[in-house]
Amino acid sequence: MTTTSPTKTAPDLAPAPLPASAGKSGGRFKLGAGQHLNGGPFTYAALVVVGLGSIFPLYWTLVAASHDQQRVLDSPPPFLPGGRLWSNLQAAWEQAHLGKAIVNSFIVAGCITAATLFFCTLAGYAFAKMRFRGRGALMTAVIATLTIPPQLSVVPLFILMSDIGWGGKLESVIFPTLVGAFGVFFMRQYLLEALPYELIEAAKVDGATNIRIVWNVVLPAARPAMMVLGMLTFVQAWNDFFWPFLALNQENPTLQVALGQLSASYTPDQSIVMAGALISTLPLLLVFVVFGKQIVGGIMAGAVKG
Amino acid sequence: MATTTPVRGAHTPPPGGSGAASNGPSAWRTRLWRFDDKASPYAYIAPFFLIFGAFGLYPLLYTGWIALHRVEMTGLDQSEWVGWDNFAKILQDSEFWTAVSNTFVIGVISTVPQLLVALGLAHLLNYKLRASTVWRTVILTPYATSVATAALVFALVFRADGGLLNWVLHFVGFGDTDWGDGEWTSKIAISVIVIWRWTGYNALIYLAAMQAVPTDLYEAASIDGATRWQQFRKVTIPSLRPTILFTIVISTIGSMQLFGEPLLLQGGTIGAVGGSEHQYETLSIYLFNYGWKLGHLGPAAAVAWAMLVLLLLIALINWIVGRFVRKSAA
Repeated sequence: MTTTSPTKTAPDLAPAPLPASAGKSGGRFKLGAGQHLNGGPFTYAALVVVGLGSIFPLYWTLVAASHDQQRVLDSPPPFLPGGRLWSNLQAAWEQAHLGKAIVNSFIVAGCITAATLFFCTLAGYAFAKMRFRGRGALMTAVIATLTIPPQLSVVPLFILMSDIGWGGKLESVIFPTLVGAFGVFFMRQYLLEALPYELIEAAKVDGATNIRIVWNVVLPAARPAMMVLGMLTFVQAWNDFFWPFLALNQENPTLQVALGQLSASYTPDQSIVMAGALISTLPLLLVFVVFGKQIVGGIMAGAVKG
Repeated sequence: MATTTPVRGAHTPPPGGSGAASNGPSAWRTRLWRFDDKASPYAYIAPFFLIFGAFGLYPLLYTGWIALHRVEMTGLDQSEWVGWDNFAKILQDSEFWTAVSNTFVIGVISTVPQLLVALGLAHLLNYKLRASTVWRTVILTPYATSVATAALVFALVFRADGGLLNWVLHFVGFGDTDWGDGEWTSKIAISVIVIWRWTGYNALIYLAAMQAVPTDLYEAASIDGATRWQQFRKVTIPSLRPTILFTIVISTIGSMQLFGEPLLLQGGTIGAVGGSEHQYETLSIYLFNYGWKLGHLGPAAAVAWAMLVLLLLIALINWIVGRFVRKSAA
């Protein structure tokens, strides 16, 4: 199934089964499920502990956001939500320009997601199904860019952005992440399996140009993977902190930047900071509750940190 | 892989076009098709390379130029050649070496437990479970939490006076740890944030790899009388070796970049220098402080190059260790 891979590095990066099957695997394991043993009470007990540990900090964000600061720092600390949630949310909203920040976050994450889906599907299709000179080397180059941390280029990036007049503007955080190596790799892996050559050839015999083939054959076949990549990209773009924090300022922040600045203010009120944290996390948690299964499948299929 | 591709250019022009006679409109069309076939793949991959060239590669090289110049935040369009001064400045700064060692220490104490726990967790998730998707989704929720939110909640948990953790610890007689100010406690606090955010994610990657291990390997092992623990050690772990190496590389790169966690652990001006004694200042914080707080972009660019050198060193160590492990396994 994954025996045909053009680059040496690709198999290491793809320890995962078929994206399609992983996405649907749901409750029961199919091929190669390992030991096929039922989980015992110890397994469930351990999972409950880990699960509580995963959820508790988020729950406590809500608790802390619904009391006043004095109560939050009291001992014993509160463990149940209090009655000040609304006033804290309002205070956070006003102090940190959160209204503008929410709009900005949606613009940034939305643009990045749309562009990533379009460009990565095109490139993934080319790498998976088209023959051209230098394909193997170029794919290796794409994967190699994954290992370059953004820290290495933020200084000139900052100067570059102010040179072309994007200093402090949303363009400066949107454009550098329009298309990512992870997405290209992810779409390539999926299309290798999901798109039969016969379909492309049939379209060619019918006289379709390449761009028509992309539109009528590739995009429909790629749709399930695009859904998953779209959600992963949105999560990443929404949560991005380092470069947006350097590039944007207080007047025009994304949610994460606004949150960072709220807590960096002189004597931040912790309950209000937590209310801000709640606002910035809630949209993603909603996405997660609805599409958690697909996101889990996507990560297991892609198995690369973006 | 390339061998599976059908021969291209073999497709005939659309029905109706004359096959042999290669003049007239159909010849023109054939040529257009050839061009379409040759150029399209490059056109499809071009956006990636254009964006990477403009906002990845070009800045990377430009960093080298800035590192040799004096560039100030107050006048971005002015620069002055200073040679290796910026490098000398940071290499002689004891704070830089503190940041290097902090980055390394935090990297180790966050990566090692995280990957070990993830491995165990993946093993548990690999059993037949009720509601397996729910478990997987639950352990992945920290991944959906932004670094800013995670850092701020844990900042409250680790707070010296009135922090949740100290309240829990006072029952066993350790109620007054100043987590943020301690040399080790602050590093542990930051590692906990990292571990919390990434363990579930890595567990899912391991789980995917575990499910790809052929079942007959386990059957053969159990026929030979291997216990479950022996099966885990002798079958699962060796099959997962490439995945484990991969997660080590990715986590190492990730730990080189730690920024939001140290910045927000204590917040404000203390966070911007990585603690009152720089006890949890990472290289990213050091770069940020030099470039954005003090406004000297030349030394900040030099720090970026130092990070690149460190990354290459780590890659080299990884490669050597990987070879060693493979040899000793053979």
